[in-house]
Amino acid sequence: MDEREIKNIEEAAAARLEAARSLDELRAAEDGATGKRGALTQLNQRLKDVDAEARREFGRMLNEARSRLTSLAADRRTRLEADERRRRLEAERLDLGEVLPGPPRRGHLSLVTQTRDELEDVFVGMGFQVAEGPEVETDWHNFEALNIPKAHPARSGFDSLYLDWGDPESTLLRPHTSPVQIRLMQSQPPPIYAVMPGKVYRKDTPDASHNATFHQIEGLVVDRGITFGHLAGTIDSFVRAYFGRDVQSRLRPASFPFTEPSAEFEVTCAVCGGIGCRTCSGTGWIELGGCGMVHPNVFEAVGIDPEEWSGFAFGFGIDRCAIVRHGVSDIRVLLENDIRFIRQF
Amino acid sequence: MLVPLSWLRDFAPFDADDDAATDALAETFNDLGMVVEGIERVGEGLDGVVVARVLEVHGIEGADKIRRVLVDDGTGEPVQVVCGAWNFDAGAVVPFARVGAVLPGDFEIGRRKMKGVESHGMICSGAELRMGGDGKGILLLAPDVAAPGTPLADALGIEPDVVFDLAIETNRPDAMSIAGVARDAAARLGLPFAIPESVVPDGPVATADVASVVVESPELSPRFTAKAILDVVVGPSTSLVQRRLTLAGMRPINNVVDASNYVMLELGQPTHPYDLDQLPGHGLLVRAARPGEVVRTLDGVDRAVGDGENCLICDANGDPVGIGGIMGGESSEISASTTRVLLEAAYFTPMAIARTSKRLGLRSEASARFERGCDPEGIERAVNRFVSLLGVGVPTAGLLDVRSLPLERPAIHVRTARVNSLLGTSLPTEQIAGYLEPIGFAVAAADAVGLDVVPPSFRPDVFEEIHVVEEVARHHGYANITRTVPRSPFVGQLTPFQKNRRHLREVLAGVGASETLGIPLIGPGEAARAGLAEDAIEASEPMAREESRLRTSLLPTLLRAVSFNGSHREPGAWLFEIGHVFLVPAHRSAPLPDERELLGVALAGADAVTAKRVLDVIGQEFHVDVSLAATEDAPGLHPTRTAAVLLDGQAVGYVGEIDPGVLAEWGIEERVGWIELELERFLPRERSYVQARPISRFPSSDIDLAFVVPDTVPAALVESTLRDAAGELLEAVHLFDVYRGQGVPEGARSLAYRLRFQAQDRTLTDGDVARVRAQVIAAVESSHAARLRG
Repeated sequence: MDEREIKNIEEAAAARLEAARSLDELRAAEDGATGKRGALTQLNQRLKDVDAEARREFGRMLNEARSRLTSLAADRRTRLEADERRRRLEAERLDLGEVLPGPPRRGHLSLVTQTRDELEDVFVGMGFQVAEGPEVETDWHNFEALNIPKAHPARSGFDSLYLDWGDPESTLLRPHTSPVQIRLMQSQPPPIYAVMPGKVYRKDTPDASHNATFHQIEGLVVDRGITFGHLAGTIDSFVRAYFGRDVQSRLRPASFPFTEPSAEFEVTCAVCGGIGCRTCSGTGWIELGGCGMVHPNVFEAVGIDPEEWSGFAFGFGIDRCAIVRHGVSDIRVLLENDIRFIRQF
Repeated sequence: MLVPLSWLRDFAPFDADDDAATDALAETFNDLGMVVEGIERVGEGLDGVVVARVLEVHGIEGADKIRRVLVDDGTGEPVQVVCGAWNFDAGAVVPFARVGAVLPGDFEIGRRKMKGVESHGMICSGAELRMGGDGKGILLLAPDVAAPGTPLADALGIEPDVVFDLAIETNRPDAMSIAGVARDAAARLGLPFAIPESVVPDGPVATADVASVVVESPELSPRFTAKAILDVVVGPSTSLVQRRLTLAGMRPINNVVDASNYVMLELGQPTHPYDLDQLPGHGLLVRAARPGEVVRTLDGVDRAVGDGENCLICDANGDPVGIGGIMGGESSEISASTTRVLLEAAYFTPMAIARTSKRLGLRSEASARFERGCDPEGIERAVNRFVSLLGVGVPTAGLLDVRSLPLERPAIHVRTARVNSLLGTSLPTEQIAGYLEPIGFAVAAADAVGLDVVPPSFRPDVFEEIHVVEEVARHHGYANITRTVPRSPFVGQLTPFQKNRRHLREVLAGVGASETLGIPLIGPGEAARAGLAEDAIEASEPMAREESRLRTSLLPTLLRAVSFNGSHREPGAWLFEIGHVFLVPAHRSAPLPDERELLGVALAGADAVTAKRVLDVIGQEFHVDVSLAATEDAPGLHPTRTAAVLLDGQAVGYVGEIDPGVLAEWGIEERVGWIELELERFLPRERSYVQARPISRFPSSDIDLAFVVPDTVPAALVESTLRDAAGELLEAVHLFDVYRGQGVPEGARSLAYRLRFQAQDRTLTDGDVARVRAQVIAAVESSHAARLRG
């Protein structure tokens, strides 16, 4: 044994470790160098054959060589493991841009439902309940109780579709959701804070801004001491909550049989922000719906004392809100049930 | 209603200085509920437009639409222009815009060349000058209007004006007149308002000596008056009258008709002038129509008026000469030769006019006012205004006046506290009076509680305290009422049913279905095409056959949607609708149809298996345990691939597929899976909370069992037997294979289940599992003529 032999063996072992191309080759090279039957181990066993002084010196050299080879093998392992991970990941490479469409695919809710839910949520947040009623109504609930007696000129404005059921003109597809107000006031005592969304029908030839079947949401508040100021405040809060904090509302005198005083309410034009444009006919305002203080005759029809209780009501179109917000130019598309339209939203 | 500012200023000194003043006035109208739908500035842009005489007209070679015209525009040199209008010839007097003039709409006139001919200006239509007309021809001026070169504005006496287009609410008949609009706005602005009195000295002949009035139907015409004007010469009106009528949207005709129209626009009282000499018997008789009667109205149309509520104006012999309050007749029309005019000024019952107008499909400026309610006490003023405006002829002395209308209106008690409690204001009584008096209300008495006010005769819409409250609110200004949000004593929330219904939509969207909207009506035959009974409630007067009966199922609507999408190259659409259907109730005496809210799901391109899986997802989501019962007679559905859905033994809907025959009827070329649920019965109406089951920390054991079971035994039954027999150690059971074929006898199939066993308190031993396995096998084999497969 001499220094040269140790050096040769170490160099040969180091070269094998360096040359290992896989973890298996590395393991074999390690075994060949520092393993139980490895070259260094064999040299170690021959230490007992040399004299004491040389043994110490060779022992030190062998230990140093072993330590260098072990560390070299560890480095080599780290590198090979990194290479192998890189190779495996490369083999799994996927361009997510070329993924073909397939399930799962989510469906889409109707634009009207989405709008209705959002409107309901605003009012629920203001402490309102959501009330519903039948789409086919009696003439009494739909007109008489709402201070629109037979032959009242306002009736013609509703373009109602009467049905062949019961007495002539006793049953109709409701042209507004107001009969739900009547049913609500009949079925529960005040105070009442409620909105009434639903489907309505009018004999109207459809065009880009009208459907015969459409959706309304109305509100009704009946309590002690309810004022016109409360009506204006409620409209204002709702408008800001739904349309945005900067959107303003205003009330203009109008005429409806079931409310007095009555008003139409308008909101700042969403297109021009109130400066005036074609959408708002240059006025800066978009008419949204009607409202007013519940007429004493309506209270009397449902047995509520108009001297003790007062209230307000308002109503507007859900479909209109939807088409304005989503830039739908022709309202008729809402009822076509064209999947190409529905899945946009 | 078109309202010229200059006309308004006859009644109150409205500021007309500039655009800002005009806009402020428009805002006042809006605030009062007379909504401004348009503002047009007229009489501007006429600088450089002069009167011109056409000298020569020549054709242009190669052009068949335009001509070369030489005009004298007062400069001495004939000017050559190219003109595309053909309604004039040499000698015509026309408006001429010189080069450099800027017409309304910023249209600058320049030198142009057309077909090689130079044009030095433009001959104008009325529309181009914003002076009315349809723009189809040149505005032809009177031959002697003014010398060529005279500025057009000077020649026609045109002044710049502003015309407001106001939308008047149905409860405001008083505002259907210039004076009424002025009164309302003046009151709001604190301006003095007055209607100038027309002083008309009566002539020597008494009205009763030349004409008569008989009213047989006072219920249709509670006040009817007439006065004659003798020695009338029919001719054109003054330029002021003509201009104002034009601005207000009416066509000038002659001085008599124009005066009548002018008074109607100004004061809101329609009148009707007759040629007295064309009225047989020289008188008027007012009566209800008789069956079968026909009247030829001014517009030359024969109208069947035979209804007892139609009010006819007849000659003294009782022959109709017009429809009261709506339109006069042809026979007694004012003509160029008329010399004696009989003027009718009446008050007709508003509801009767409204119904007659609707029945006949005939509306006029007069009927629009009468049906809302004219001022019965404004008749004298209107008659005097007519006579003074006419300016020719001699009025007869006295008014023939047949009246059944009460003279006085009752006072309305208005409580100050009531006004304030409804409006949210704190107005003192004097302020309330201050809002009411300028708009014609008379304060009869005032005390600590409030006021007694008498509404003016021109406000028929005001007869209760609440109506007065609205007037106070209007004149106080809606915008001046402080806005506050009322405090609801409730916590707002949806009902459990409403929450569940929203959740159901989300679940369906989650499995890939999109929501459609149905209309409540279908056409005849549509139900039959969907395999349903045709029995349905029909509409009395539908818009169209396709929307003439109430739907009794969501099938037709969803079939329509599937078919529509299929034919637009979108097969495989998964659609659902939550909507109402209307069944014919069992009893004819029921006031309303049997209306139900349903969920319908149409899975195009998917079969009953998929539909069942979607139903399972829904069932799991709402923690409802539905069971199925095969049915062969669900209307419109596949007889051998459909089951009724049962909840607690009650039928709540169907699951399966749509009948292939129905699909063929609708041109649908793919299978369509179907779910239908009645929401009121299916969705939980109460809140219920699933109680947690602890997850066992001990290991579970699985066993697989395959049984050969006759086809006649529903798989659901086998599973329920399995569950019962396995007892509480059973953690889960899944059907994982269904096999028919070799090794399994005809008329049976192999059903393979995986059962997982687990205990909460210990690890199961092999003995535990073997015991349960034996129980399960014995139970299934004995209950269902089944045998364990080897």
